[in-house]
Amino acid sequence: MTIPASWFLTLAAVLFGVGAFGLLTRRSALIMFMCIELMLNAVNLTFVTFSRSLHDVAGQASVFFVMVVAAAEVTVGLAIVVAVFRRRRSAGVDDLSELKG
Amino acid sequence: MIAATYAIPDLLVFIAAAAMVLVGAVGVISFRNPVHSAISLILTLLGVAVAFVEQEAHFLAAVQVIVYAGAIVVLFLFVIMFLGIDEREDVSVEPLIGQRPLAYASVLVTVGGILAMLSRGGWVTGAQTVTGPTEVMNGTTPDNVMAVGQSVFTTYLFAFEATAALLIIAVVGAVLLARRERVTEEGVEVA
Amino acid sequence: MKTVATLIPLLPLLGFLSILLLPARSGSDRPGWIATSAVGGSFVATVITFIWLLGQDSREYTVSLFDWLTSGPLHVQAALLVDPLSITMCLFVTGISTLIHLYSIGYMHGEKDFRKFFLYLNLFVFSMLVLVLGSSMLVTFVGWEGVGVCSYWLVSYYFTKDAAASAGKKAFIYNRVGDVGLLAAMFLIFNHFGSLDYLAVLSQASSVPMSSIAVLLIVLALLLAASGKSAQIPLFNWLPDAMEGPTPVSALIHAATMVTAGVYLLVRMSPILDLSSSGRATIAVIGAATAFVAATVATSQKDIKKVLAFSTVSQIGYMVMAVGSGAYVAAIFLMVAHAFFKALLFLGSGSVIHALDGEQDLRRMGGLQKFLPITFPTFLIGWLAIAGIPPFAGFWAKGDVLSKVYEYSKPLWLLGLLTAVLTAYYMSRLFVLTFRGTERFREVTHGHDPHESPWVMTVPLVILSVLSALGGLLNLPWVHGTSLAGFLAPLLGEHESSVSHGTEFLLSSADAVAAIVGLILAFNVWRSTSPWPRYESKFFESVWRWDDAYDATIGRPAQRLAHFGSDVVEPRVLDGAVHGVAGTVLRSAEGVRKLQTGYVRHYGLAVVIGTAFTILFLIARSW
Repeated sequence: MTIPASWFLTLAAVLFGVGAFGLLTRRSALIMFMCIELMLNAVNLTFVTFSRSLHDVAGQASVFFVMVVAAAEVTVGLAIVVAVFRRRRSAGVDDLSELKG
Repeated sequence: MIAATYAIPDLLVFIAAAAMVLVGAVGVISFRNPVHSAISLILTLLGVAVAFVEQEAHFLAAVQVIVYAGAIVVLFLFVIMFLGIDEREDVSVEPLIGQRPLAYASVLVTVGGILAMLSRGGWVTGAQTVTGPTEVMNGTTPDNVMAVGQSVFTTYLFAFEATAALLIIAVVGAVLLARRERVTEEGVEVA
Repeated sequence: MKTVATLIPLLPLLGFLSILLLPARSGSDRPGWIATSAVGGSFVATVITFIWLLGQDSREYTVSLFDWLTSGPLHVQAALLVDPLSITMCLFVTGISTLIHLYSIGYMHGEKDFRKFFLYLNLFVFSMLVLVLGSSMLVTFVGWEGVGVCSYWLVSYYFTKDAAASAGKKAFIYNRVGDVGLLAAMFLIFNHFGSLDYLAVLSQASSVPMSSIAVLLIVLALLLAASGKSAQIPLFNWLPDAMEGPTPVSALIHAATMVTAGVYLLVRMSPILDLSSSGRATIAVIGAATAFVAATVATSQKDIKKVLAFSTVSQIGYMVMAVGSGAYVAAIFLMVAHAFFKALLFLGSGSVIHALDGEQDLRRMGGLQKFLPITFPTFLIGWLAIAGIPPFAGFWAKGDVLSKVYEYSKPLWLLGLLTAVLTAYYMSRLFVLTFRGTERFREVTHGHDPHESPWVMTVPLVILSVLSALGGLLNLPWVHGTSLAGFLAPLLGEHESSVSHGTEFLLSSADAVAAIVGLILAFNVWRSTSPWPRYESKFFESVWRWDDAYDATIGRPAQRLAHFGSDVVEPRVLDGAVHGVAGTVLRSAEGVRKLQTGYVRHYGLAVVIGTAFTILFLIARSW
């Protein structure tokens, strides 16, 4: 018997949760990006699990595209972090609160 | 019990993958040093790759390692090293009031709720093989890479081209954003 | 005949419209002549209709103009009812109006708003005719309101003067209170009879079963309406104030026509009045009380027009008392006679005021006998008529009323007799102070002699004096059939008097004696007028402090309420509510604003919390 899909889905859910928690809790922009990567990976795992259970390649194609977009996103995001860091010498997101109401 | 119902190798691989994923994830969010977090991230990504292999998504496993672990994390490390943003963050103190408890609560509710819904909903439901099979026969062997390739280059061709354009835009944007200004500034370490 | 009858109210309306629409040339008397000819034409039409009616068998004729209202069970026609009562009213209304219009051309000559005066006066005559000729209560109500509003406009004719503007308002407001009574009566009558048409309602008045309370309520409501319009207790205070209007207005509206509208209404509704003996008793008492109170007040007034105003209130009190006693014909007779001599007295006083360049205070008149050769004798006749000296009109009319009241209630008759003494007294006082005695007006006229009025003013005086002298012939007590009583009999019924001829003769003598007593009293007191007799009751002069009482009980509390409204309710409640809404929005916005902290992590937390809630909702829904 192969490992049932539910186990993988649970694993993905927990990974997602950990990533979300880290996103909310850490103050460094870089760490927050890494947490976002964790969440994206959880999603990828979920897609692949469904793809295998339903014998449909669409899930895997989706993961393909998610990875592309994640790469692009990290590129641009880190460029922004670099630009911000050059000005402020600090990468803590709590300091970027000028848009407060 | 479990050993009787599931094949031992599968089980062991799953456990290993799960352990890697979870340990890496917790590490990412716990380490104070961003470099250590990046290394933990690699561990997680590799764990996910192993899970992909177990799910017979061979192509994606390879791409996972190459793109994620090989490129994205490297990019992270480059930025950390070049700009020296490796200050240690004090994780024990939380300046925003109520953030941590609320984060715990909401994340737990979210994850718990998702799992509850999934379990009640029968985990996986849906039509089988709507878009295409996960493995296409290459001669006599079932081939996942070919299946994915066929799918991406025929059914999802437009999305593929669009992501190509997206990548170019991202690169151009990144170069523009991270450019150093002409005027010499003080206090910036020349990278 | 339908056309001629329609012309009666139509001509004054056309007069009004033509004065309104024709270009106004200042200084021109043309509007006055247009108005006078319009009303004169109306009088001619009335006479023609009257003569025609005499020749008819049935004395009721409805001229239907158009279907006015249909609403559920209510069907109202815009129609005129030509019957003895309405034609009688029309005759003296149009006749006296024509004379007063003619008089006004002279009196108002040179006034700035000459055209406006005749505009309103014609509109007034139109409204009064609609009131009197209406075939249903609703049509009468239109005229009722019309005369009220025209009265307001004409009383406040000199509106730049504070007193005049206030008087206009007072007149209108008191009228309005009375209108509530008329509306209530209309509602009750429609409720019980299903119609507002006079012929329909009055013919079945005695056959429809009604509780005595219901009838009493209707009668009291009608009494309230009549009190407002005809200036009886408790709504009479507006009439003396209404003397602020020009004298022709006082003569027409507040002596001869509008103030008789209340009595007309009561007489018209007499079949219903007959159903409630307590209602009629109330009417009689109110009438008697008003007559007495007003007569006492008139004895102490210093203004010539105010004496006449209170005299009007008193005489109408007589009419109302007659109505309450069931003597409807007598009431109408007195109404007609009173219209003659009261209009005469007012126009005469107008002539005096005109001669003295606007002076109205009795203390500055006197000895005008030799300067006003036409005004003096005509005024004399009017004075004798109202005092009740035989053989002038007032003696017969008042005698008719008093003898019917004697049959109804002896105490009320006694009060009426006492009032007759007072009437003779104060009218004689007025006469003596104005025309005889020493000349006290030299200051006012700067030493010049007063001059008599032009012919447009004296001709009406002469005509009215002839009518006042001979008016008694309308309804001599021993004549039946060709008298007013005979004319009105198909409508108001024959009244067999229950007193013997001997008693009647005694009563008439008592009336004459009362009049002469009052006369002699006045001459004695006022013969030597150089030292003004020191005793003149302040209580009477201040109208038994009636106005002050109303002010204290109604006026001031209402003002306090209004101030409360404007100082407390408006800023705190109304503005408070509006500002409160604005303030709440502001404060809540301020509160909500605090959600925008600027921290990305807070926003992320918000997203996750939202996700958590969404998932909880989905779980709860599918459970």
